[in-house]
Amino acid sequence: MSEFIQPNLLPALPEIVMLAMICLVLVVDLFLPQEKRGFTLLLSVATLVLTIIAIVAVAPSDSISSFGGSFVLDQMAVVLKIATCGLSILVFIYSRDYLIDHDIYKGEYYVLGLCATLGMMIMISGHSFLLIYLGLELLSLSLYAMIAFNRNSAIASEAAMKYFVLGAMASGLLLYGISIFYGITGTLNIEQLAGVVPQTMKENPVALSFALTFIVVGISFKLGAVPFHMWVPDIYQGAPTSVTLFIGTVPKIAGFAMAIRLLVDGLSDLQAEWSQMLIVLAVASLAIGNIIAIAQTNFKRLLAYSTISHIGFILLGILPGTDTGFAAAMFYTIVYAITSSVAFGVLLLLNRKGFEAENINDLSGLNESNPWIAALLAIAMLSMAGVPPTVGFYAKLSVLQAVIQVDMVWLAVIAVLFTVIGLFYYLRVIKVMYFDKPEPDQLPTIKQSLDVKILLSANGLSLIGLGIFPSALMGYCILAFS
Amino acid sequence: MFADGLLLSLVIWTPILGGALVLFAGDREPSGARKIALAVSIATFVLSIPLYTQFNTDTHLLQFVERNSWIPAFNIEYFIGIDGISMPLILLTSFTTIIVIISSWEVIQYRVSQYMAAFLFMEGFMIGTFSALDSILFFMFFEAMLVPMFLVIGIWGGANRIYATIKFFLYTFIGSVLMLVALIYMYSKTGSFSILDFHLLRLTMTEQILIFLAFLVAFAVKVPMWPVHTWLPDAHVEAPTGGSVILAAIMLKVGGYGFLRFSLPITPDASAELDWLIITMSLTAVVYIGFVALVQRDMKKLIAYSSIAHMGFVTLGFFIVFRIMDGDSSATGSALALEGGMVQMISHGFISAAMFLCVGVIYDRMHSREIADYGGVVNTMPVFAAFMVFFAMANAGLPGTSGFVGEFMVILASFRASFWIAFLAATILILGAAYTLWMIKRVIFGEIANDNVRALTDINNREILYLGILAVAILALGLWPYPLVEVMHPTIENLLNHISQSKL
Repeated sequence: MSEFIQPNLLPALPEIVMLAMICLVLVVDLFLPQEKRGFTLLLSVATLVLTIIAIVAVAPSDSISSFGGSFVLDQMAVVLKIATCGLSILVFIYSRDYLIDHDIYKGEYYVLGLCATLGMMIMISGHSFLLIYLGLELLSLSLYAMIAFNRNSAIASEAAMKYFVLGAMASGLLLYGISIFYGITGTLNIEQLAGVVPQTMKENPVALSFALTFIVVGISFKLGAVPFHMWVPDIYQGAPTSVTLFIGTVPKIAGFAMAIRLLVDGLSDLQAEWSQMLIVLAVASLAIGNIIAIAQTNFKRLLAYSTISHIGFILLGILPGTDTGFAAAMFYTIVYAITSSVAFGVLLLLNRKGFEAENINDLSGLNESNPWIAALLAIAMLSMAGVPPTVGFYAKLSVLQAVIQVDMVWLAVIAVLFTVIGLFYYLRVIKVMYFDKPEPDQLPTIKQSLDVKILLSANGLSLIGLGIFPSALMGYCILAFS
Repeated sequence: MFADGLLLSLVIWTPILGGALVLFAGDREPSGARKIALAVSIATFVLSIPLYTQFNTDTHLLQFVERNSWIPAFNIEYFIGIDGISMPLILLTSFTTIIVIISSWEVIQYRVSQYMAAFLFMEGFMIGTFSALDSILFFMFFEAMLVPMFLVIGIWGGANRIYATIKFFLYTFIGSVLMLVALIYMYSKTGSFSILDFHLLRLTMTEQILIFLAFLVAFAVKVPMWPVHTWLPDAHVEAPTGGSVILAAIMLKVGGYGFLRFSLPITPDASAELDWLIITMSLTAVVYIGFVALVQRDMKKLIAYSSIAHMGFVTLGFFIVFRIMDGDSSATGSALALEGGMVQMISHGFISAAMFLCVGVIYDRMHSREIADYGGVVNTMPVFAAFMVFFAMANAGLPGTSGFVGEFMVILASFRASFWIAFLAATILILGAAYTLWMIKRVIFGEIANDNVRALTDINNREILYLGILAVAILALGLWPYPLVEVMHPTIENLLNHISQSKL
């Protein structure tokens, strides 16, 4: 400990680039007049693009670690970070018109968004309890502020408050679990932890299970798995739609990474135990998410419950404890994030000054007024339901395959039966768009921002494109766990 | 081989790409959308003709095969090819789509391009379903075809269309997801999703029974068999004419095809063990649903129930083979049963299409499907009445029409299994005649019932064209079914040979 070892900074280059750029954006934004706010957006998108370039530039062929083993850059981190940054770009651009209409087009929105993204990247690469926790808090604190971004909205403030209290509690639970692990194993480093767990299992199995339970609860809280899901619908509904778009897409990727880092990298010897817990969480999430979604009239709440059911599927992929399962869950997570960015993106397009589109009925007659946008949302809904040839089908297929591979056919049957229930409410959205006739004066109107439309179209068509050619993305996910 | 496989791919993808083209052409020029759609459907039909003319009838081996790796991670392949079972169904699909597009020419005025595109997409997906030899490819097409049909019923359907279309989608989906689990299970055993590999997979009885039941749910809903048939009358009644035609003529056949492609060869022992279940369900469909059809007041509902009864014959033919094989070692009887089922599928494709088109013709004029609103139509629409009576006779199984051939083959084969099965099956000839002809009597004949009927105008050339084509097809198949039987015979023989060997 006496001499200071210069850590290898190269693996963290993307994070360093991003942090530097965040500072730049923050300063530049100070000197911009409101009408030039577009420049902040441009600079933020440039930040993310530069970060992606940095990720690709430093992408190792093998796993490398730095900072005394507490930071790791492996294939999984590379793929997930690129997905995180790429989706954040989409979120930023989709949000613009909404922010302008609601008079919250401020530079801080993008700075906070970038900070959240940085937090997620740290979570993805974190290989020590402490670093993962720091990343998580950076993400959460940025999100609290983003949810409350519209100061004048009471419902948004309520949502932010709720998220803050519950999030703090979840962090507390996670920290408690971490502290017990530290107490019984004496290390915070995940790699070292994995080394000492087998020995500890013999000496102190009860404390180990106790600590594991808190870790699993903390992860489920952050992911929104039943029974720790209560915050999800309220936050989705209360937050400004542009923030809902952000919460509903990118952080799921980081949550998945956190689950993998903690449960798989660190505690794979306890797989028998955590997979039991995940079975309960997964089945409950599938059941509650899909069934309660049927009763929703608010589109954001509907998507919230749909998220919960998708989390159930992601947990299904993790719980077999096999490489194919992890790859399937990773594929599912990325696909889910892409799909829901389309769904929320369409919802954002429907918003306009003085009108907050959030009910399912606000979509009625969309096929009449704007068939192309309706088709994009229909594709997103079918992808969420898992109807081929959309990519959602392959996501479900790969998870089911992983579950059946370990002889848990009954679990697969339960999962597909809840998928059928889920299909019902996705079909209802399509029904409203295509079959219902709106009042003539209430035809949904779409703003004509060409760049958003082009991006959204590409995003929506990618669901079909990836559905017909899922090999490449699936290959990356499999590579990450081989 | 390359050119062969390419041809089959073209038949699948031409309508799908054509559908996208029609969709992007948009509604500014509806007549343009119609013309493109017709051109695409005719092109597809022309492309599908070589599948018949160049088909080698001496072999059961798969022809026009194309096999490429598609998703290597799961060993999923783009693997297509046809044999004597699938080829006739593909031709039926490409043929029927042309009829549907002609029949919707003037009738559909709302969102023409979306309507036409939906049918072209469906055509491609259905042909893909019949050609796929990789089970995931099959599943993909199998599910994908639901989406356009869902929209067709939901957008252009009748008053209660939303209930009907959601019921249709959910019923079919719940059946198919269990099949998906079965497919993945077999993949975990073989490491491949190829249907041919599944055929060779050895399975224990328990596994076979569970897999058989999973397939049964999927295909029984699709056929549909009693007691999971209830979506069909709803869907038919609410669907626009074109939707009803495709639904009855082709989509139901996917279920029958599935039994032949999956259930029988993959789980022969379970099929033999549980054949009583299918036979009971089929006979119930024939007898009970026949009586239900008798009391219908809505013409489309009546024809829908008649479809269920006729499809009961198909499944009876497919699953009676085990009883025939038990009693009689020669394969002729069982081949007769399977071929009878297949002929019945093709024939029902023509006849049900024709019946629904006939109802569509008078519905377009009177906007009513109630039998009670009609009467004496022959006085104002003599040409139409001639067609409808002819199709009704075919539906009732009049010798000389295609409806007779399949039913006669199945009944004949059933006699080798059991007199009583054959007896109950034969009631379809009586019941079918009763409900069809009674409907004809009430709608077509008699005094002119009301002023609306008095004001009817007879069918125009376009309507004569498509009804005429169907009449010719029904007669041709009825008088000379040999070309069809010849095509499928080697495949059926091989299938029988395959299922007679235990996989335990």
